[in-house]
Amino acid sequence: MTETKEHAVSRRTFLKGSALAGLGAATMGSSLFGCAPQQGAGEGDAPAPAVDDGTQVVWTHCAVNCGSCCALQCHVKDGEIVYVESDNTGSSELGDPQLRACLRGRSIRRWLQSPDRLNTPLKRVEGTKRGDGKYEEISWDEALDTIASEMKRIRETYGDEAMTVHYASGVDAGQIQVNPVKRLMNLTGGFLNYYGTYSSAHISAAGTYTYGGGTYGSSLLTIQDGELVVMFGNSPADTRMSGAGHTHDLAAMRKATGCKVICIDPRMSDTVCGQGGEWIPIRPGTDGALCAALAYEIINNGWADEEFLHTYCVGYDEETLPESAKGKNASYKDYILGNGPDATPKTPAWAAAITQVPEQRIVDLAREMAESKPCYICQGYGSQRHSNGEITARAIMVLPQLLGQIGQPGMSDGRREGNSGIGLGMFPTGDNPVKTNLPTFMWAEAIRRGEELTALNAGVQNAEKLSSSIKFIFNYAGNCLTNQHSDINLTHEILRDESLCEFIVTSEVFMTDSAKYSDIIIPDLTSQEQISVSKDGYADNMEAVIFGQAVCEPKFERRGIYEVCADLAERLGVGDEFTDGGKTREDWMRQLYEEAREKDPDLPTWDEGMEMGVYKRKPEPIVALKAFIEDPEENPLPTESGKIQIYSEKLAQFHDTWELAEDEVVTALPEFDPGFESYVNLTDEYPLLIIGFHYKAHTHSSYANNEIIQTAAHHVAWVNPIDAEARGIEDGDTIRVFNGRGEIRIEAKVTPRIIPGAVAIPQGMWHDADMEGDKVDHGGCINTLTIYRGSPLAKANPQHSNIGQIAKA
Amino acid sequence: MAQYGFHFDGTLCTGCKTCVLACKDVKDLPSDIAFRNVYEYGGGTWMQDASGAWTTDAFTYHVSVSCNHCDVPACLGKCPQGAISKDDETGIVTSDPEKCIGCGTCATVCPYGAPKVDKETQKSVKCDLCADRVAAGKVPICVEACPLRALDFGEIEELRAKYGEVAAVAPLPDASETQPNLVITEPVGARPAGDAAGAVMNEREIA
Repeated sequence: MTETKEHAVSRRTFLKGSALAGLGAATMGSSLFGCAPQQGAGEGDAPAPAVDDGTQVVWTHCAVNCGSCCALQCHVKDGEIVYVESDNTGSSELGDPQLRACLRGRSIRRWLQSPDRLNTPLKRVEGTKRGDGKYEEISWDEALDTIASEMKRIRETYGDEAMTVHYASGVDAGQIQVNPVKRLMNLTGGFLNYYGTYSSAHISAAGTYTYGGGTYGSSLLTIQDGELVVMFGNSPADTRMSGAGHTHDLAAMRKATGCKVICIDPRMSDTVCGQGGEWIPIRPGTDGALCAALAYEIINNGWADEEFLHTYCVGYDEETLPESAKGKNASYKDYILGNGPDATPKTPAWAAAITQVPEQRIVDLAREMAESKPCYICQGYGSQRHSNGEITARAIMVLPQLLGQIGQPGMSDGRREGNSGIGLGMFPTGDNPVKTNLPTFMWAEAIRRGEELTALNAGVQNAEKLSSSIKFIFNYAGNCLTNQHSDINLTHEILRDESLCEFIVTSEVFMTDSAKYSDIIIPDLTSQEQISVSKDGYADNMEAVIFGQAVCEPKFERRGIYEVCADLAERLGVGDEFTDGGKTREDWMRQLYEEAREKDPDLPTWDEGMEMGVYKRKPEPIVALKAFIEDPEENPLPTESGKIQIYSEKLAQFHDTWELAEDEVVTALPEFDPGFESYVNLTDEYPLLIIGFHYKAHTHSSYANNEIIQTAAHHVAWVNPIDAEARGIEDGDTIRVFNGRGEIRIEAKVTPRIIPGAVAIPQGMWHDADMEGDKVDHGGCINTLTIYRGSPLAKANPQHSNIGQIAKA
Repeated sequence: MAQYGFHFDGTLCTGCKTCVLACKDVKDLPSDIAFRNVYEYGGGTWMQDASGAWTTDAFTYHVSVSCNHCDVPACLGKCPQGAISKDDETGIVTSDPEKCIGCGTCATVCPYGAPKVDKETQKSVKCDLCADRVAAGKVPICVEACPLRALDFGEIEELRAKYGEVAAVAPLPDASETQPNLVITEPVGARPAGDAAGAVMNEREIA
C-alpha cells in the first residue's frame, strides 16, 4: 500500500527545510516560501491562499473524454496560468485518494494559452470548399444570424429529422457540456438523435442482450487476497490514467492483495510492465475464439458451475434454452463441444491456430481461472472495437457465467471495471420531439443516403426508417466529423458535397481537422475559463465533486456555449424558454447543485464547495449483479427473460430478419466470428493487421496539438522486430502505413511489445494531408486507414479491424 | 546536515510520464529539456510454433529518474568553473548561473544525464529538488504529481530505512559511481545495472 508517502515531509523535515528559504530565494526567485504546508491536510481543506505576488490559486478541472475528471489548482497571475498543481488534499490513501491529474492535465497551461486558439467567429471563404481550411473573421452577429437562419431554413425545407447534434466528447465533464445545443434544438422542433458511442457501442449492445444494459461490472476494490484478475483488451494504465482512477486502484490493489493480473492483448500494455502479472499476446480480433476454447476446457473438465448456470442463465444447455430454441442443438454447450450446426469442437488446438496463443497456455489459463476462487474477469473496450466487437464482448462475458464467478466480492461479470459517482444533475435538454434514433457511427451514411437507412439494415430505432438525410450538423467540441471517425478520405468527399449536408457549424477551441469542414466556426471558452462544477469521472474508490472557477476572464471574442445558444434561441423566438426566464450559466449550475443536494444532503453547500475546491468521500465498492444473484426472483435483470442471457431470443430474431452482408453475422449465442476485414482477409498486398490504441500523450484528439507532451511521449507505430526486419525498418524510421483507403506517415517504434503480424497506432493524432494532392497523412491519424462500415449488430465503429502494409518511407 | 533524496517504486510505475510533465510545467521547461526522465527498459525475442502460435520472453519496465543529488556528484567534480555546489544543509546540488559558462561538461559527465545546457541562456540547468516547494513544506512536484504514488521524497536515511538500499537497476549506472541519493524498489523482472540483455526502448523521448 502507498499509505503515508505523502506525509514524507515530517514536521522535523519541514523545520529543517525552512533553512532552504535562502537557497530557494537565491536560485529560484521563490514566490512560494511562506505558504502553509498542504501535505497531510484534512479532506476538503481550503486551497492554498493567494501568495503575496498577486498569484491566485484557482480550482478547476480537466474536462476531456478520458472519462476521468481530475482536479487542477491553477496558479494564476495577471490572467495567465503560471503553473498547475493538482489535488493535494486528503491522505491519498486508498479510499481517500487525490484526484491527481495525469501528464495531460499537468500540461493544460500550454494548451489553454496556445497561440493557436480560436479567437473570433469564422466563415468559410466564399469559393472554397469544405476541408480547404480557408476562413475569414466575421462578427458574432453575422455568425449567429447565419446559423439561426440556416437552422430555420433547413428545418422548414427537410423536416426535423434532417437536423443533428453531432456526437462529440471534447467537453466531457461538468453539468453543461453539449446540452445547451440539444436544448436549443429541442425547443425548435427536435433533432435526429444517436445511440452508442465511438468508445463502447459494441459492449453496450452486448450488455443489453446479456445483462439488460450497461457496460460496467464490479469495482477493482473488491479484489481479494491472491486472486486471479483476467483482463481482455483492457489497460487501466493507458485508459484510466487519473491518480484517482483505475490505474491507481489496480496498482494499490496489487500491493494490498498480491493478486495476479493477466492481460490478454495484442500489445504489452503499460499495465504489465514491471508491476508483475502476465501478458498473453493475442492476434487482434480473436478474443472470442480464445473464450470459446477456455469454455471448452471449463466444460470438458467439469469446472462449469451448472447450478449457477441453471439458476441464473438462459441457454447454457438444452435444459435452459427458451422453448423457441429447444431441440435444435442450439445451446452454448452444444456450440462449444461441437454438437451444434458447425460441428466444430472449440478445442484449445482449434483456438491456437486462430488466436496465435499456444494451445498449452490456453489449457493452463482455463485451469488457473477455474481454480481461482474468486476470479475477477473483465474486459476493456479494446476487444470490442472490432468488426466482430459485439459478439466478442458477449463471448468474454460468458466466462464468469460458466465459472459462477458473479455477484460476490472479488468477482465481476465480464464487463469493464466499475465506477462510483455522485449524482449531479445535467443541464436540462428538454424533450426531443423527434424519437427516431440512429447508431452514432451511421451518421455519414445518413448524410449520403438517409432515406435508405432502416431498422433492418442500419439499426434505426423507434422508426422503420429515416424520413430524411442529414442536412444540418451542429458540432460542439467534437472532432468526429473526420479525425475521430473512420475512413477520412471517404468522409472528406461526403462532407465536401454541399448538396448533401447543407450546413455545418462547429464550436471549438482549436482549428481541428473536423472544424475545417464547417461553414461557420465559433470560438468556445474551455471549461477552465468558465465556472464549472463536475463530479469525478471513472473512479471507484472515491466520489468527488470539483468546484471549478474561471481561471481568467474571457479573452478575445471567445464565448461559452450556453450564452451562444441563448442568443440563437432569441433569434429563433424561444429565448425566454431557453433561459427559463433569464437564467445565467451560473444560475443553472447553482440550481442543479441545489437539486442534487436535496437528494444527497451530505454534499457541502455551494459556497462551502467553492471554498473547498474539491469534496471527496468514500463509497462502498460495487459488486456487480449482487442483488440479482442474491434473489433472482425478486430482482430480475431487465432482459427479455429476466436472467443472464447466454442465448438471446431477440438476437435469434435479428438473425432471421436483419439485412446483413455475407460476411456479417448476428447470432443468438456468443459464438466466435472473425468479422470483416480481419485476419482471414489478409493478403500478400496487405498482410498486417492495423490496430489503434489509447495513448498517454493525448485523450482521443484532445491535447494532441500540445507539443510539450508529444515530445515526451512520441507518436509512434509499434512494429514487432520480426515484421520490421523483413521490411528493412529500424527503430525511429519514418514509415508508410497504408491500405486501400489511404496512407499515413509515422515514426516506427520497433518493439517486442506487440505480437508479430500486427501494427499498433495511437489513435487521436491530427490528420494532416494535402486533400487536393496525394492525401498522404503526415499527421499519422489512424482514421485515414480505418474502414467505414458498421458492425453487424451495433452498427458500431470497427476501428481496430483493418488490414494494411508498412514500408520505410 | 540532512541529505534529501528520492524513492522510486518500479512495481507501481506505469511509465505515464506525469512526473516529467509536471516538472516541465512548474519549471517552465521547453520540449528539449527535462529535469526528470522516464526510461522504458526492455527486450526479448519471439518464437512461433507449428500451429502458428507465438511465445515470447519480452520484458519491459520503467525507471523514473532525475538528479540524485549524489554524495559524490560527477558534475560538481568536473565543472571547470566551480559553478556547481552541494548545499551543506540539504545535500541539494545546484548550479550557479553567474559562474556557469555553458560548456556542458556537467551534462556529459553525469551518468544520469541530469544537468542540461539551456540553449537560449547557455547555462547549465538541473533539478533542484524543488527547493522552494520543500522550503514551503511541500514535496517536489514530481512526487506530488505521480498518479501511481511511485515516487517518494525525504531524508535519504529515512527512505533507506523504509525502502531498502537498492540504488541501481538497468539502465542506470552502478551506484558506486556517484553514490546517488536514490532508493529503488525494483520493478518485477528488473535487470541489474550494466545488463546487456535489454536496451532503453525510448531513447528519442529522453530530454
